[in-house]
Amino acid sequence: MQEIPVTRYPEVLIDRPTHYCPGCQHGIAHRLVAEALTDLGVVERTIAVSSIGCSVFLYNYLNLDTVEAPHGRAPAVATGVKRARPEAIVFTYQGDGDLASIGMAEIIHCANRGERVTVIFVNNTVYGMTGGQMAPTTLLGQKTTTCPGGRCLEREGAPIRMAEIIASLGGTAYCARVAVNTVKNVMRAKKAIRNAFQYQLDGKGFSFVEVLATCPTNWRLSPTAANERVATEMIPYFPLGTFQDCAATEEV
Amino acid sequence: MPARVQFREDRCKGCLLCVQACPSGIILQSSRFNQLGYKIAEIPHERMQECKGCAFCALMCPDYAITVFKIEEDA
Repeated sequence: MQEIPVTRYPEVLIDRPTHYCPGCQHGIAHRLVAEALTDLGVVERTIAVSSIGCSVFLYNYLNLDTVEAPHGRAPAVATGVKRARPEAIVFTYQGDGDLASIGMAEIIHCANRGERVTVIFVNNTVYGMTGGQMAPTTLLGQKTTTCPGGRCLEREGAPIRMAEIIASLGGTAYCARVAVNTVKNVMRAKKAIRNAFQYQLDGKGFSFVEVLATCPTNWRLSPTAANERVATEMIPYFPLGTFQDCAATEEV
Repeated sequence: MPARVQFREDRCKGCLLCVQACPSGIILQSSRFNQLGYKIAEIPHERMQECKGCAFCALMCPDYAITVFKIEEDA
């Protein structure tokens, strides 16, 4: 009788307990990135750019060369890294407070220039690390510490759908929105992240993957209830799918 | 017993996303606490034989605390 492991964690994922709260899906997103890089065999020449927020400790969990960028400026730093080292695979890993609020100018222009970098955008609808303040992606009616009565359309405007905005820009080769709330969605997310890195490897242009994730602590929900909220509230407003795929467009 | 699931008790944060993902419904929250103070997820010994080895629990675990083994009988 012998036991064969079904689950294999990629070597690039450092065997260390994470600082994330129970049920935080950053862990799943980290693993998907690690698996994509391992599958494509580009771990040795990958340079990560981590952002500000909970995702800042990316360098503690992925055994990659990492640059730490100022708040929101990860796409600008990634541009510099990629232009200096064109053979490297460069990706940024950013949250929604970082990318959609303070880093809005950087991400828009990076995508519009068609820089050959990949952006992994983890959208959990709040500023997680600083205590759950309202982010540009906070859903209407959602209560946070800076909108205790719930986000209001007249006062704070509507949540920003980043994947659709990025898809409309000229330099974007690949843009998708995925979730990691169910097994099926995790498998799709894995494929999308792998595609994004493949497009960079092929030099097609800018690639962007938005990952819908939970923040149970700041949503004031249990991890399982938070996971259900992704399906009931987030996915109806942030539809999943591929919004730009240059390979598909070329075929038509 | 076709499969075995191993939980790293020191890594489990008791989020129970594995419980939600398990199609056989055999993962339960234990009454024991780990050193971090979380009530860990576990499969009762007598129900381990119901495990099909799909590894959905490991796929959903954000803390890489689950390893699934398929058990093969030697010919």
